[in-house]
Amino acid sequence: MNASGPCYYTADEMMTVVAARALHDGMTCFVGIGLPSEAANLARATHAPGLVLIYESGTIGAKPGTLPLSIGDGILAETADSVVSVPEIFNYWLQPGRIDVGFLGAAQIDRFGNINTTMIGDDYAAPMVRLPGAGGAPEIAAACREVIVVLRQSLRTFVERVDFVTSVGFGDGPGSRERLGLTGAGPRRVITDLGVLTTDTVTCELVLSGVYPGGSVPELKESTGWPLRVADDLAEIPRPTSEELTALRELRASAPEPQGAA
Amino acid sequence: MAEIVSLAEAIAAAIGDGDTVAMEGFTHLIPHAAGHEVIRQRRRDLTLVRMTPDVIYDQLIGAGCARKLVFSWAGNPGVGSLHRFRDAVQNSWPVPLALEEHSHAGMANRYAAGAAGLPFAILRGYRGTSLATQTSGVADITCPFTGETLTAVAALRPDVAVIHAQRADVRGNVQYWGITGVQKEVVLAAARSVVTVEEVVDELEPRPGAIVLPSWVIGWVAHVPDGAHPSYAQDYSVRDNDFYVKWDAISRDRQRFTAWLDVHVYGTAP
Repeated sequence: MNASGPCYYTADEMMTVVAARALHDGMTCFVGIGLPSEAANLARATHAPGLVLIYESGTIGAKPGTLPLSIGDGILAETADSVVSVPEIFNYWLQPGRIDVGFLGAAQIDRFGNINTTMIGDDYAAPMVRLPGAGGAPEIAAACREVIVVLRQSLRTFVERVDFVTSVGFGDGPGSRERLGLTGAGPRRVITDLGVLTTDTVTCELVLSGVYPGGSVPELKESTGWPLRVADDLAEIPRPTSEELTALRELRASAPEPQGAA
Repeated sequence: MAEIVSLAEAIAAAIGDGDTVAMEGFTHLIPHAAGHEVIRQRRRDLTLVRMTPDVIYDQLIGAGCARKLVFSWAGNPGVGSLHRFRDAVQNSWPVPLALEEHSHAGMANRYAAGAAGLPFAILRGYRGTSLATQTSGVADITCPFTGETLTAVAALRPDVAVIHAQRADVRGNVQYWGITGVQKEVVLAAARSVVTVEEVVDELEPRPGAIVLPSWVIGWVAHVPDGAHPSYAQDYSVRDNDFYVKWDAISRDRQRFTAWLDVHVYGTAP
């Protein structure tokens, strides 16, 4: 796909733009590495200049002018309102539920929004693919008021049951979060390169709630490892504006390659 | 009181085969030069502890120094996988690697408990995750006041802590600032500690936001300018993001990694 002109955009650009739109000015956002960081910084560069970015490196209110490669780049500390230790960021800032949105990536996600970033395979001791692991995600998923997940959608990534529950979404379904004492509302939205899924408030399963221009419901269903339900009020989500695309491309140009490959 | 010695002397004095060693620094101030010295001194059977075992532990694991890794996120930040780590876990190369895996919040609290001289820490975490069933040192605990079920994680008490800092004074007091991670906790939790520094000065000037670890909680201080590279020391160096990107190709292949190690680690003096 030609991604150079203002009229063309890639599926990844669409995903990042839609993820950025989910963040509002003045919100506090605990940002994961990779795709979420790119989207959160796009939101700051466009419609949400007052978005408060919090990284697990202990940087609160970071205002990077260029896209950081890691969650601990110097620019995050230099531009932050406050820099605290790692025990403090998790214990005082994340754990009590004072952060609005947790913004996470994933290697696998299931019907109930459970996230796997640990391993692929059915034997933990002998994984087919070993992934980085938990990082801050389990507690971000548990404690933020709401969680938004950003990942590319395919049969490999959207599975009936994740191979390993690194971070709990809605566990086995209704009532799980309450039973486990998880204080935040959990993953309400999953934003992919194909569309947007939202959690059904009754069944707790992810249902298709938004498609992109030119996207199709059958394609989305074929890229999902469970019988995907479609919301009654399925929305068509507007394409990226030229302002959004320009801002995103400027951000990407400022980052060392290959941003977000993890 | 800390002794100011060479890096080689510090590592030789502090770290023995089979020790549990925690090299910390959260993206910032990662003690890479000290890691290379451990490789050069061919330490074996180490239990390596670190929240984010990124490139520094990929090198130690690939060099065959470790038999166990205690960690919470093993990736190359913003780039991808750690290939030496993956090769060890999936193919036992060059030696098998046992894993003890936690979340960041769990690891941070485990260090804090170690620093506080407590056997465990309490947090809201792990509940409902597969981590809780795969990892030892995680248990439910009931609050004696409210009856709420919370999570206990066992304290970490490494034999040796290794960190990098901006400055020490001639008496071995250490000062660091910027992203301060879990360095204070790991030094106070460990039985012994080594600190590499960018600069040794006659007297430390007070600095807003800086942490000072007094000489009497530190074992050895070594003057190692740029000792964090490719990580960085705020106000002394910038993160070498290009190196992290290049590491992906270097580490993907066993021969290429081994050749890199020969030139850049074994072939260099500290």
